[in-house]
Amino acid sequence: MELTVDGANVFVHTGGVVPDPSLPAVVMLHGAGMDHSVWRFQARALAHEGFAVFAPDLPGHGRSAGKAPSAIGDAAAWVAEFVDEVGLGRISVVGHSMGSLIGIELAVVSDLVDRLVLIGTSGEMAVHPDLLAAAETGDRLAVDLIVGWAFGTAGRRGGHPQAGTWLPASAVRLLERSLDGPLGSDLAACAEYPGLDRASQVRAPTLVVQGAEDRMTPVRAARKLVEVIPDARLEVVPGAGHMVMVEAPDQVRRLLEGFLAG
Amino acid sequence: MVRPDRRGFETLSIHAGSRPDPETGAVVPPIYKTASFVFEDTAHAAALFNLERPGHIYSRISNPTVAVFEERMAALEGGVGAVATASGQAALHLAVATLMGQGGHIVTSSALYGGTTNLFVHTLPRFGIETTFVDPSDIDAFRRAIRPETRMVYGETIGNPTMGVLDLPAVAAVAHDAGVPFVVDNTFATPYLCRPFEWGADIVLHSATKYICGHGTVIGGVLVDGGTFDWEEAGKYPTLTEPAAAYHGVDFSEEFGPAAFAARARADGLRDFGAAMAPETAFSLLQGLETLPVRMDRHVANAVAVAEFLEAAPEVAWVSYPGLASHPDHGLAVKLLPRGAGGILAFGIEGGREAGRRFIESVEVFTHLANVGDVRSLVIHPASTTHQQMSAEELEAAGVGEELIRVSVGLENIDDLLTDLRRALRASQKGM
Repeated sequence: MELTVDGANVFVHTGGVVPDPSLPAVVMLHGAGMDHSVWRFQARALAHEGFAVFAPDLPGHGRSAGKAPSAIGDAAAWVAEFVDEVGLGRISVVGHSMGSLIGIELAVVSDLVDRLVLIGTSGEMAVHPDLLAAAETGDRLAVDLIVGWAFGTAGRRGGHPQAGTWLPASAVRLLERSLDGPLGSDLAACAEYPGLDRASQVRAPTLVVQGAEDRMTPVRAARKLVEVIPDARLEVVPGAGHMVMVEAPDQVRRLLEGFLAG
Repeated sequence: MVRPDRRGFETLSIHAGSRPDPETGAVVPPIYKTASFVFEDTAHAAALFNLERPGHIYSRISNPTVAVFEERMAALEGGVGAVATASGQAALHLAVATLMGQGGHIVTSSALYGGTTNLFVHTLPRFGIETTFVDPSDIDAFRRAIRPETRMVYGETIGNPTMGVLDLPAVAAVAHDAGVPFVVDNTFATPYLCRPFEWGADIVLHSATKYICGHGTVIGGVLVDGGTFDWEEAGKYPTLTEPAAAYHGVDFSEEFGPAAFAARARADGLRDFGAAMAPETAFSLLQGLETLPVRMDRHVANAVAVAEFLEAAPEVAWVSYPGLASHPDHGLAVKLLPRGAGGILAFGIEGGREAGRRFIESVEVFTHLANVGDVRSLVIHPASTTHQQMSAEELEAAGVGEELIRVSVGLENIDDLLTDLRRALRASQKGM
């Protein structure tokens, strides 16, 4: 579906069905330089299993127009406006990487968030200075660095349950499309966000899903986040890295189904 | 400056797509010789059929052994996904059927494998799909041939059998200016020598029967999706951008993002046309891929030696091998094929068809058969075999003269190969 938020066209993947407003709503937020397609192994399943799924391309990403938010706070404000525009009440938020920080901020500044799932996350998302510099100047090195770090054994070696799928190249293609656009500002926004401090104010029940081999937001960093959120638990997925929801699609889907159903 | 962490071609050719078997610990991918796969329950079955979850249903659509081969090919080409097929021709048909229907139009280089020419000239028109052939050295001819209904621009990295190197980036630019994907047959080059996605291709296909197998033991093909083409922006590929009535209303571009083409080719194309690869075939192809880099290095070294020998032989009128400085596309070969111009060459023998017949009947180490990319060295006379169905005009357009002999240089001892050629060339001229 498409709608207008803040004067700009927004593309929203709804898992292949028209969302039923009577069902519990789940808003899925992608990470830096990505788009809704990172949820392809969970969104369609959730949409056919009793949830109203909304996976928007954030402004300036994928098929959505507008300028990419330059700060996590701005992105959270945009999500609140999006939720209002769609006419949703309380929602569950599933966020990956940068999307997880947006979820934290939304949970702090609004009472919209009923349940929160943080995937591939960290309270302080430090970005390597070489990566940041490359992304901000549109240097292709940024794509290669991210893809080199983003996957665990599952993604780097392969053997994906979706026959014939080579994950690293999918990430390359998404990042290539955002290299001249939002990738640099996305990474800068992540680096600047004081996530650990803000997370201590989250009151929503929270599930943190982390790849055991995540080199961008290591498990030890996620543990610190879990410690400061009053009602949070950590699930570590063996063999997967930062892109855990595409590397271990069934494990993440099962975790989401269980947690979001309450 | 930090450096990207990525694995090299040789490592991917052995490991990509494969994990030790979780049940047995087998390190080599087992042959999963089964037609079907058990569902956990009715909900699982429904979810698989509705593309909600990844997994295997029926080996016509996917199979674990075949999937290892597909994933490895995608990794080696640098694509987002791959679909294995029963043959290279099946891969080409699957590409065409996924991209267009009745009323569609193809613009192609005229330097093609004879079977591909047959498909384009004789078979596809019966289904309402027309093709325009253009001289591959005339880039503007590709541009002039494009029509509003054009849905694919096509060519071979190294043209069969004339050995011209296609200017991939130039043709890709023409295709993209017209909002059309560039589909490349990379059979002769293999991803070890050329990765067409790095030069602008959007979809790559192979006859895996050739170098990928390497041993002449199986027939197979593969279609690799680069994930580079924006189907939505092009606005003329409803099979990829509109809800599929034949597949639960799935909008493949929306659901699968960069991997839309591969997903649709599998879900619809393999399901409906059924040209699937057998798991035994995939096993053989995986064995071939493990040694592809070392084999290609030797193929290239032997081919260079054979080409140089033939170029100096008095019985030979001309030699076409892009690795030779004398080849008109040598500069392109240096740019697009930096590791070498492959193991296949063509030459014209003095004395035409009769000398060609004598030559082919005189070789001993070289084998006379219709294949290329084998460990064995092979020779054939295309005008009377692989390109027999073509008219004189089509043969001329494809650059296939009666004197042309195609050579696929194998991995035998190079001195034995040159001795065999020397003897057969002499025999070809007796009584002339």
